[in-house]
Amino acid sequence: MALFDLRLQEVHNQLKKKELSVGDLVDASYSRIAATDASIQAFLTLNEEGARAAAAEFDGALTAGGELGLLFGLPAGIKDNIVTEGLLTTCASQFLRNYDPIYSATVVKKLKSAQTVTIGKLNMDEFAMGGSNENSSFYPTRNPWNTDYVPGGSSGGSAASVAAGQVYFSLGSDTGGSIRQPAAYCGIVGLKPTYGLVSRYGLVAFASSLDQIGPLTKNVEDSAYVLQAIAGYDANDSTSANVDIPDYVSALTGDVKGLRIGVPKEYLGQGIDPKVKEAVIAALKQFESLGATWEEVSLPHTEYAVATYYLLASSEASSNLARFDGVRYGVRAENPDNLLELYRKSRSQGFGSEVKRRIMLGTYALSSGYYDAYYLKAQKVRTLIKQDFDNVFKDFDLIIGPTAPTPAFRIGEQVGDPLTMYLNDICTIPVSLAGIPAISVPCGFADGLPIGLQIIGKAFDERTVLRAAHAFEQHTEHHKQRPQL
Amino acid sequence: MSITIKDVEHVANLARLELSEQEKEQFTSQLNAILKYAEKLDELQTDGVEPTSHVLPVHNVTREDVVRESVTNETALRNAPDEEDGQFKVPAVLE
Repeated sequence: MALFDLRLQEVHNQLKKKELSVGDLVDASYSRIAATDASIQAFLTLNEEGARAAAAEFDGALTAGGELGLLFGLPAGIKDNIVTEGLLTTCASQFLRNYDPIYSATVVKKLKSAQTVTIGKLNMDEFAMGGSNENSSFYPTRNPWNTDYVPGGSSGGSAASVAAGQVYFSLGSDTGGSIRQPAAYCGIVGLKPTYGLVSRYGLVAFASSLDQIGPLTKNVEDSAYVLQAIAGYDANDSTSANVDIPDYVSALTGDVKGLRIGVPKEYLGQGIDPKVKEAVIAALKQFESLGATWEEVSLPHTEYAVATYYLLASSEASSNLARFDGVRYGVRAENPDNLLELYRKSRSQGFGSEVKRRIMLGTYALSSGYYDAYYLKAQKVRTLIKQDFDNVFKDFDLIIGPTAPTPAFRIGEQVGDPLTMYLNDICTIPVSLAGIPAISVPCGFADGLPIGLQIIGKAFDERTVLRAAHAFEQHTEHHKQRPQL
Repeated sequence: MSITIKDVEHVANLARLELSEQEKEQFTSQLNAILKYAEKLDELQTDGVEPTSHVLPVHNVTREDVVRESVTNETALRNAPDEEDGQFKVPAVLE
């Protein structure tokens, strides 16, 4: 069994008994990267020197004895839109190709105090805009299950690196599905926490009212452990939720008896691949056999969610990305005649076409004369979409459906057609607009490509989401499958 | 509502983007397709519906007005494309 397939508790015990060192874990990570990343292209920057130094320090602590946290020594990958002091953070954009952050994100500091080892920075769609990793301005990440296929996105590098066994776990960010959809495409577990549960401080902002950081892991138990380490109020994030953080791991009881599951008919209707639907129905029957009940429900505004999302997220992006002006950081265009030209040329040379397209859409939606028709309208529809969930959650504990309407698609297949690409997020976007938690867990395969099951919960009820996901996982083998690389 | 190359040029100016002729044409057709899709929202009656800008009931958050540690001048300038005398340098704004 590969080292990273050992359960977290088992790795921990071996470290404590000194049968394993942090140096061994870090070696395993870099040798796997050396063997596989030429074809997967999950990493943008490696932190080999820093990781080796951390390993030496941690192994010293091991020798000295004392209490170890459960994440101690685990090799982690960090999505490249999460700032890491002293380690390049590019957002997969040419604009930030030399950006050397002067501080670390709160989640990075939290992982540091949990004593994980940062292996490197993971590839993504530029500024997290995209669902395939084809919008990385450096190179596209490939799906470990079939390298002709996309890994999903925007956290494609985060998902592919875990699926390929390059790191023990990774962090990603999710704005409209960017953790869940790549987790589904790569056959791993991806959790988007409730908006506000995990600090966004140091996450390069795309759409501030939607962005949320979360873990990508091989199983649900690891997801609970990592969430425990990164959740919590942060005064540096003005939208951080000041709530008590429960114990997530103790929620994993294996018991789902009496859980009431709503299954939105809109998530299994038109546009859903029959094999995806079949896998979701099989999963629901599994829940039934474990003592949960399920019935069809309706989220009637689902069909409006993608349009709502693209107007709101692009509007927020057009405002957030105004900071990239070539004055204080980033790549400045050469020899501008004046300040205005400096802005225009730096931005035009630094941003890729999807980023420009969204800035254009957002600027238009916010511009004089169109604000009410597009932006305000979308904000009102967001209320209706959120109410859909509130209504279902009056009678149900969880909502379950597919994570994505299809398995991964071929690289290049949807590049010329942004609208089709956007529709891949039809099942994840409504959840993001409502700000509620959801996890994607492996629930089958179609033609050798993984399928993800999405389990959606009430705001701040990650415990029930994790409990159901874990119980399902205990009775299936999908998450134990590994790609041949 | 359909947008023209002229609209695209106007919006690009607002967004401080300089687009090539090819980009202008491409964005005109792609933005038209996306906006046409967005018109779907007009099917919904939303009079009296409160807009949601944010899902959490949080309001302006302020901290105590006390001096805290801050980054040094040197650190703040670490990524500056151009600098002079401890300041970010840009082309002259006034002739």
